[in-house]
Amino acid sequence: MSEFLQQLLNGLSLGAIYALIALGYTMVYGVLRFINFAHSDVFMVGAFIGYYMGKLVPEGTLWGGLAVLGVAMIGCALLGMTIERLAYRRLRSAPTLNVLITAIGVSLLLEYTGQVFFGAAPRNFPAIFPVRNFQIGGVIIGSNQLIVIAVSVVLMIVLQLIVYRTRIGTAMRAVSLNPKAAVLMGVNNDVVISFTFGLGSALAAAGGILYALNYPSIDPLMGVMPGLKAFVAAILGGIGNIPGAALGGLILGTVETFVSGSQWSTYKDAIAFAILIIILLFRPAGLLGRFTVEKV
Amino acid sequence: MLSITDLSVSYGAISALSGISFSINQGSIVTLIGGNGAGKTTTLRTISGLLRPKAGRIEFLGEDITKLAAHKIVARSLCHVPEGRMIFSNLTVDENLSMGAYLQRDPELIAKNRDYVFSIFPRLKERVKQMAGTLSGGEQQMLAIGRALMSNPKFLMLDEPSLGIAPRLISTIFEKIVEINQKQGITILLVEQNANLALEVSQQAYVLETGRIVMQGESKQLRTDPQLKATYLGG
Repeated sequence: MSEFLQQLLNGLSLGAIYALIALGYTMVYGVLRFINFAHSDVFMVGAFIGYYMGKLVPEGTLWGGLAVLGVAMIGCALLGMTIERLAYRRLRSAPTLNVLITAIGVSLLLEYTGQVFFGAAPRNFPAIFPVRNFQIGGVIIGSNQLIVIAVSVVLMIVLQLIVYRTRIGTAMRAVSLNPKAAVLMGVNNDVVISFTFGLGSALAAAGGILYALNYPSIDPLMGVMPGLKAFVAAILGGIGNIPGAALGGLILGTVETFVSGSQWSTYKDAIAFAILIIILLFRPAGLLGRFTVEKV
Repeated sequence: MLSITDLSVSYGAISALSGISFSINQGSIVTLIGGNGAGKTTTLRTISGLLRPKAGRIEFLGEDITKLAAHKIVARSLCHVPEGRMIFSNLTVDENLSMGAYLQRDPELIAKNRDYVFSIFPRLKERVKQMAGTLSGGEQQMLAIGRALMSNPKFLMLDEPSLGIAPRLISTIFEKIVEINQKQGITILLVEQNANLALEVSQQAYVLETGRIVMQGESKQLRTDPQLKATYLGG
């Protein structure tokens, strides 16, 4: 029983990180109908900003950790908005395929400029937050896991409030439902899209730091696998659906952790993707997605 | 109030409007009638900035708005209720109305406009927390008009408000359109397939055919025009 709870806890904290990344994929898909493949590299840049910022603050303090988190989130928000402005905006009326290829290009650009600047060798991520382990029953709870869960929950609540309670959040939903009608209401779609990139990239940065806290070896290609998993999570939950992305992330993280703790651990990625295929066979629009026919 | 000069629009190589000119006086209801593909919707979309004209000029309240971005044109108090209503189906009725007031900063004015919308369309008030996609066609049209009124417009363009709506509701909606015009002093440009209805409520009419204005005049006179009768009014 205690092993089950232990794995569940590990799974949920990994899942929370996937969820944070998945939210960015799903929000961008919501407003622009394309998958921003560079998103996983924004996650990586977030971890590296955390790495360098971590050297400026004393190790192992709560305020220092939160400051690092904040700076990385702001930095990545700006990076995401810059990518949108320079690479995607001029393709607004281009076919989706062109935008998709551009996204892959931006992704490669970030990965390999990352290698130029940060080097290809993995680095140890500093323990920016205080580290303590608690034991309840037979379950060991690491303070980093608690931080992952606490930060993710807070960020998701904040996101929910922004999307459902603010003017710009309502505009985001309006743009994703019908961009033309939103323009006719006086919404400047460029501003809303830029804001969406900023928001999603900030969450990816948080994900990057939380991931690096628990798997403390970072390199410029570190975003590839978690990015792919988060992308799967977003599809699983129903692409374009915000609660769906969170749910998809949690499911994927939990399943992956349980499988890696079993005798089939070698197949953990294969099983994660097999689940995706099975769910999509029965619910093509994802768990919370609504199947809609695209109207002309 | 609005004047269009030599407006030409094309979709790629296909010309949709070839040099139309007309003007609309403040306080009136003007209608554009014509068959499918005559260019009625194209005209409205070009005025509201969704489409860019190839040539010509659009002037609103003395200002050249031809090259202005669509979201800035709304800010000039010119609002377009598009064909097919385009309500935000996964937003509540209330949120749809808030989107209409997106550029309005004065909470008192917003509240006043909301009350006005509810006074002319009481059904919307009953369904305020409902997702807009669950409304009937007629209710969605009321919402689309209500949402436009939230932007505090001086000039309203309505594209096919009778399309896909139960006949019983069509007359209600047209009564309200006339009321909006008379009580609020909002100038209206109405595009309608149902030419009889359009000529009944409007003062001035333009008949479009394949991107050109082929007939124009007072609605009262056009209703009895034998040629128009044969083509658009069902004999």
